[in-house]
This record gives sequence, C-alpha cells and structure tokens, in this order.
Amino acid sequence: MKKLTFPFTKEQIKDLKVGDMVLISGKLFTGRDAVHKRIHDGVKPPVDLNNQIIYHCGPVVLQDPKTKKYTVKAAGPTTSIREEPYQWEVMRDYGIIGVIGKGGMGAKTLKGCVDYGCVYFHAIGGAAQVLAEKIDSVDAVHWMDLGSPEAIWELSVTDFPVVVTMDSHGNSLHEVVEKKSAEEFKKFI
Amino acid sequence: MALKKKTMKKSSKKSTKKVTKKAVTKKTVSKISSNSNDLLESMVELIRKTSAEIPNDIQKVILEALEREEKNTSAEYAMNIIKANIELAKKKSQPLCQDTGTVLFFVAHPIGFDQIAFTKLIHKAVVNATKKGYLRQNSVDSLTGENAGLNIGPGHPSIHFHQHSKKEVEVKLMLKGGGCENVGAQYSLPYAPLEAGRDLNGVRKVILDAVLKAQGKGCGPGVLGVCIGGDRGQGYISSKEELLRRLDDKNKIKELKELEEEIVNTANKLGIGPMGFGGKTTLLGCKIGVLNRLPASFFVSVSYMCWAYRRQGILLGTNNKIKKWLY
Repeated sequence: MKKLTFPFTKEQIKDLKVGDMVLISGKLFTGRDAVHKRIHDGVKPPVDLNNQIIYHCGPVVLQDPKTKKYTVKAAGPTTSIREEPYQWEVMRDYGIIGVIGKGGMGAKTLKGCVDYGCVYFHAIGGAAQVLAEKIDSVDAVHWMDLGSPEAIWELSVTDFPVVVTMDSHGNSLHEVVEKKSAEEFKKFI
Repeated sequence: MALKKKTMKKSSKKSTKKVTKKAVTKKTVSKISSNSNDLLESMVELIRKTSAEIPNDIQKVILEALEREEKNTSAEYAMNIIKANIELAKKKSQPLCQDTGTVLFFVAHPIGFDQIAFTKLIHKAVVNATKKGYLRQNSVDSLTGENAGLNIGPGHPSIHFHQHSKKEVEVKLMLKGGGCENVGAQYSLPYAPLEAGRDLNGVRKVILDAVLKAQGKGCGPGVLGVCIGGDRGQGYISSKEELLRRLDDKNKIKELKELEEEIVNTANKLGIGPMGFGGKTTLLGCKIGVLNRLPASFFVSVSYMCWAYRRQGILLGTNNKIKKWLY
C-alpha cells in the first residue's frame, strides 16, 4: 500500500505504477460530465487545478437548513469513459496530476497521462459509504447551477483508497484486461 | 374526500349482495388517501431499505465471489471494499451507492385499485426520501439540463402497474444506477459480426458480447437480466423484470436454465473480474426470460445490474403497513 499526500507533485505521480494500491490524503475536486463539457466549451474552471486531482463523482450531499453546512452522505466514483473526449485537455490546459474514477479511460487520456504527467486512479465503483467515510470536510462548492451531482465539490480526504490502473509511463490495466478477455472470448464463439 | 365518504355511507346502507361488493371496492380505493400517512411511511421505508441494504440472496453470492479471488490482488481488494461498503451502508442507513439510479416501481394490485392515488403517493414518498438523502437528486430535464432536485418529472419515477387476482398489494422497487444501465445492450439477430443466428447459440453469443463490451464499466461483478424476443420496448422492460427474480431461483424452462448457467460459467472465464481489474468473478448471475416475437424480428435485450443490486419488495397489509418483506 502506497500513500499519496497533499500537496501533490509531479515527482510523486511519476513513482506510481499500474497495480499500485494507494491511499490518498489531501484535497480532491469533484468534476463530471457537465463540468468537463463546460471547460471544453471554453469556460475557465472556478478553482486552480494545477497539481490537483479531479474526482469523477456526483455525491449525495445534504445541507443543514440552519447552519448551511454540507455533509456528504454517499460519494463513490462515476463511469469515467464519458470524459474521454475532454480529459486530456484538462491535463494540458490546467495541469491536473490525477484523475479518480471508475471503469478506466481510453487512448487519448492515456496519451495525456504520458504527455502531461498524470495518473488514473480507479476507485471502487458503488462503494459510496466506504469512500464517503474518508471525506473529512466539504470545503467549498462551485458551479452549483449545474445541479448538486454535477457541481464542483471541494473535499478534504484522508486515506482515500484507490488502485492505479493507468500510469504516466503509458501502461493501462484496462488495455491489458480488454485484450486478454477478447482473446478468451474468441474461444467460446 | 368528504364526498367519497358520503357515497360510501349511502351504498353501505343498501343490503343487496351486488352493492355490498361495490362498497368494498370503494373502501379499498378510499383507503389510499384516508390512511395515507401509514402508506407514505411504508413507501419511504421501502425506499430507505432498498437504497441502504443489499438483499440476502445477493450478499451471499458476493461473499462467495470474495472467497474465490486470489489473495493480495486488486480484485480481492475491490471485493473487500465492496463487503465493507455493504456493512457500512446498512449500519448507517445510507445509500449503498451514491447513484441511487432510476427509481423503478413494480406494483401488483387487486381489481378496483386506484392507480392515480397510488402514483401521487409514490411521488410524495420519492420527494420525502430524496430530502432525507436516501435518494440522490437524480432527475435531469433532458432539454434544459435543469435538475429540480426532487426526482419527479416525465418518466421519473418509473412505475409499472400490474393487476393480479390476489387481494393484497405487492410493491417491488429497484434502484438501477446509470453506470450499469449504460452498458445494457439490445441485439437484433442475425448479428453478423459474431455470426450469431436466430437460435439459442446465437443468443448465447450476443449475451457474452454484451459482457465483453461492458468490461468493468457497469461496476462488476454484475448480474444480467435478459429477454429473448418481444419488441424493442417490451424486450428491455422484460429484461429488467428478470432482475426481480431471486438470484438462487431456477428457471422453469430447461433450455434457459442451462443457458443461464452456461453464460455465468463462460463469462467468469473471460478474466474481466471485479471492476474490470482482472480476476475470477465477472458475473454473479444471469436471468433469462422469453417473449414471442414477430417473424421479422428477433431481439435479445440485455440489462446489466451492478453488484450494488438494490431491489426490495413489500406486501402491504390492509392497514397500509408493511406486512412482509419480499426478499
């Protein structure tokens, strides 16, 4: 088990390899479909994403009507492949060093990981409670006009568990599993 | 409401057998609104339990799958986190998965049941459950992109009514997340890329193709609901209804029972594994149903259910309280 602790650096990212189980502590920014589309359409993100991690997640968040404080009730990853057209641009233009999601991403993102020094972390899909437990606080929310699941939530986490499935050296576990399973598949068809 | 009571009084005064029967029917109808607090509570509890607790038949196969994975692999790691998540969600009474999905109700009811009143009550229960955080604000206007935050809108929730000859009302609920819904597939046989013809072998090939294409994107290990035949619309609905079957039941049709087992065995040899990390369990189960088709059409509709298989059901008592849990 490896640890990745805030502030994140490009050097830490280079050390991570496919198959590494990692516990992340520090800051995460959620961002999913609508956020990526808006950034792609030319709108600047409301936060500095340099050396930060984007989490593909649409959490269940409740707001206390009196104190206005937010609590995350459930926060697992959403399917990442939908951001495949946009993710590499966010790496290039805004300097993110990590993406957390599920299901893996494709060739464009993998190339982006190599070109701009980034890594794809796979969180366990559906594990919304285990992952919500790792969130210490909701520090801010941006672009709430997109609706709660699509907004950018700024979260502080401790020991957030993920597996590296795409690294900055051009390796992708998804590519390997896809290829192997396709070969097996042929035997049964 | 007052008017309804008056009518009931009037009809109950009359003593012929025919009229008494009518009055009983009206009584059932008016019960939905007069005892609505109990009914509302029952429905919110159904939503809560469905969202937070995985049914026993599913949990059992998940634990078996965890045992099968090799130690110290990312597949075992994933299954361990899944196990911990199931326990934690139940303990905290919070959503197993943040994507509380399409809210699908299947209501079986006796003759004379007021679907309009029940629909209104379900809407109320959904809003209530959303405010309590059992459901995520999950309903988006497809044209404007607006999320009104209540989970109510055209098509949401999705309610399917069926009449049955029993006296009681049975409500089943499934919460089906978007990730697994997105990897569902519908094939039209013959399907040339796999040389899949209009026979069970062709059906087998396209179902396995759906598993291969899904990889880990549907939050595997998952369960397939499949419908052979029907039109496109009915095919997909029936494939979801297959997911209402208990995981440990056996298909009554011999060929389909064998096909279900074969699909699971073969899929687990593909090595896709939990979350697509590679590993021994890719599928936890497969349920296949069949409908008639037109001579010109042969559809195979596949719905993929993630490991976070949220479905429950209740039998409502005449007092509108939960009489029995169905899973």
